[in-house]
Amino acid sequence: MSNGNFFTSSVGRKSIMGATGFFLISFLVVHVAINSLIFINIFNPSDKGHTFNVAANFMATNWVIHIMEVVLVLGLLAHAATGIRITILNKQKRPVKYAIAPTSSTWYSRSMGLLGTLILLFLVVHLRDFWYPTKVAEFVNHDIDQFNTYQVIVAAFQNPIRVVIYLVGVASLFYHLMHGFQAAFRTFGLVNKKYFSTIQCAGKYFAIIVCTLFALMPILTFIGLIK
Amino acid sequence: MEHKNLSLTLKVWRQKNSKAQGGFETYKIDGISTEMSFLEMFDVLNEKLINEGKEPVAFDHDCREGICGMCSMYINGRPHGPWHGTTTCQLHMRAFNNGDTIVVEPWRAKAFPVIRDLVVDRSAFDRIIEAGGYVSVNTGTPQDANAIPIPKQKADAAFDSAACIGCGACVAACKNSSAMLFVSAKVAQLANLPQGQPERATRALNMLDQMDKEGFGSCTHTGACEAVCPKEISVLNIAKLNNEYLGASLTVARD
Repeated sequence: MSNGNFFTSSVGRKSIMGATGFFLISFLVVHVAINSLIFINIFNPSDKGHTFNVAANFMATNWVIHIMEVVLVLGLLAHAATGIRITILNKQKRPVKYAIAPTSSTWYSRSMGLLGTLILLFLVVHLRDFWYPTKVAEFVNHDIDQFNTYQVIVAAFQNPIRVVIYLVGVASLFYHLMHGFQAAFRTFGLVNKKYFSTIQCAGKYFAIIVCTLFALMPILTFIGLIK
Repeated sequence: MEHKNLSLTLKVWRQKNSKAQGGFETYKIDGISTEMSFLEMFDVLNEKLINEGKEPVAFDHDCREGICGMCSMYINGRPHGPWHGTTTCQLHMRAFNNGDTIVVEPWRAKAFPVIRDLVVDRSAFDRIIEAGGYVSVNTGTPQDANAIPIPKQKADAAFDSAACIGCGACVAACKNSSAMLFVSAKVAQLANLPQGQPERATRALNMLDQMDKEGFGSCTHTGACEAVCPKEISVLNIAKLNNEYLGASLTVARD
């Protein structure tokens, strides 16, 4: 069987979604772990964001991370492009709609295209807020060593509109993960009768933990616990 | 259970043929016993229509015992109606209340074109089965039944998958009109049996390719299919099919 045939088959396309999904999940783990260093400042105000800045600076300048940044963008684009293609193709499979739409599944499992689009829009705002300034500091101003990511974040989340945008972004990610995590395992056939509920449960807890940690950052900064 | 007679309003999809533009017709119907099956209620409606000189509603049915997979009504937003694990013919009118409005539509999918009213063409399923949903055996004297040992667990799993009656409710409920539950049930059934081994890899490839060709969508794991399946076929069959297809794609050289 030719590879072209596989990647345009329905299962092949879903495999791309699953593989890139797993990769993006692994990125989320790193992202949320480094984010969580900011919570040190609640318990130890004398840190003044130092620990977080060291980690953020490492991530912004390490060459391995630079390579992974490129891989991440490619992975994200592949995930988004394949997702949009799958959504469009699947919509065409029912030219005449039902008068009463079927509801025998969860709303978020049926809305992965919409949730993914919201996340993509959120990412534009998010990269403009925090990724772009570090690149300017590194490659334009060459003062990344003095760049205080912590202060940029604290300043950014004083704006209530930005906090709301971030919470909507995190909520979209939450429901996307609630379905996506377990769906990726199912796409690769990595579940059976015995482990199915374990995977579903793990997906839910992963979504809850990761998204709570993401959401706490803007909330705690806005209410002044992180300053 | 208490017996009642119901007066109902039916909104039924009427369509002259596959080319015609269809639409809903509303019918009032009285004296429907709660003991009647849903199809018997349609028989009453059709007799009424015939007596009035109108065209009866065309619908698929055969055994009316819930095992043939012919009946195919999409009732109030759910294939085979509100009862779990039940075909339309086994759905009884006690599921409804006096004065209810019931909306009845055909299965809707590009791969299941409407032939007339509530009857859709499900021959795409036959072509998928023809593509690999079988085991090839030489004719001749049948061998002894116990000549091939099969572990009880495997036999039970194969039997659960084999319970699929091919009604197409999975396609009707799926937002992508995917036939994955149907295809996976057959692939998983035969993958669990020793007789299915020689054609195991090509079966998964050919049946899935045929599914794509017929115009069914891909599986996004919403689980809508399992929820409405009258035979309660598990979505785990789909995981098994994905596994079989991915493995076969890597190992089988095809033209």
